[in-house]
Amino acid sequence: MAEFNLPANSRYKDIPGKLHPAPAGATKVKTFRIYRFDPESGEKPRIDTYQVDTGKCGPMVLDALLKIKNEVDSSLTFRRSCREGICGSCAMNIDGTNTLACIKGLDTIEGEVRIFPLPHMPVVKDLVPDLTNFYAQYAAVKPWLQTRTPPPPDGERLQSKEDQEKVDKPSACILCACCSTSCPSYWWNSDRYLGPAALLAAYRWIVDSRDEATGERLDELEDPFRLYRCHTIMNCTEACPKDLNPARAIGEIKRLIAERQV
Amino acid sequence: MSLQSPLGRVLGKGSAKSGFHHWWVERVSGAALVPLGLWFAFAVAALPDHSYATVRQFIGQPCHAVLLVLLAATATYHSRMGLQVVVDDYVHGKGAKLVVTLLLNFIHAVLGVAMVLAVVRLSLGGAA
Repeated sequence: MAEFNLPANSRYKDIPGKLHPAPAGATKVKTFRIYRFDPESGEKPRIDTYQVDTGKCGPMVLDALLKIKNEVDSSLTFRRSCREGICGSCAMNIDGTNTLACIKGLDTIEGEVRIFPLPHMPVVKDLVPDLTNFYAQYAAVKPWLQTRTPPPPDGERLQSKEDQEKVDKPSACILCACCSTSCPSYWWNSDRYLGPAALLAAYRWIVDSRDEATGERLDELEDPFRLYRCHTIMNCTEACPKDLNPARAIGEIKRLIAERQV
Repeated sequence: MSLQSPLGRVLGKGSAKSGFHHWWVERVSGAALVPLGLWFAFAVAALPDHSYATVRQFIGQPCHAVLLVLLAATATYHSRMGLQVVVDDYVHGKGAKLVVTLLLNFIHAVLGVAMVLAVVRLSLGGAA
């Protein structure tokens, strides 16, 4: 059966977490409850509580995480890089939704801030998920230009403005994995279902007017598991921090496959 | 434990190059069930009573019998296709999946044939 429960050593409720209280004189205290797991400790995961003075902290969730790491608990582990929503490193589950910590405002969250790693992925440590399978799925859709016509000898392959606009949005994907890890179909079948991020990437090359492998790409996707595990749940579009629409891209792929048969 | 590369695992046995047919007939049968289901609901509600004689007379009319056979066949087919999706989603063990899929096919075949036979018998007056 599909895995509905966490493995026994992943249930965090059995272990009381540590409390890191706010420093004396804190003015705007916000409570963060953060998932902690260290595979080397041999302990089960736990939820630690950090009381942070947001009066002396930047406006985003990532600012608070960095403040905790710098000033309270240097063992807290998470990925981050650009801190402006373009690298996709700090994707995590914040307040029940997958998003990027660097563009999620603290003022958008009422009460406690609950932070977990991206759902249903193996956890490397704390908020760092293992995305090996996710990246392999991206590689599997051959996300590069495939052509038979040789390039013009005196310049680049040309594309009209209208054709460029078709790939404009889908190519803005930053591969943060917020969409795929919010999808129940991906949770139950990530070994065979490619997931919204990889399918959006496939769509980006299917609609590219310069690409000459559309048929082969559709052939590779037409599979009960690779593509048709999508049941238009739409969590992907809801979660995307870049306001992209993977659900629509998947629908378009299904339409293109239908058009060549019906 | 396997040292196969992640890409090798994802590519697996390759694309089945099918799946469209299932997706399409599920939608076509679903669309067909809308008028058939509505007709059935209104027709049953419009019957003066639900006695054997009344129902038999109703099914005795050829157009009613045709619509009922279509409804039974379409509903059975749609149900079988829909439940197959549930099995594909949630049943993962190879043996379990094969057994459940076979059971699904057999149960739907029996149900479909039984429903169609019931309509045919009442319609042609074979039953006492």
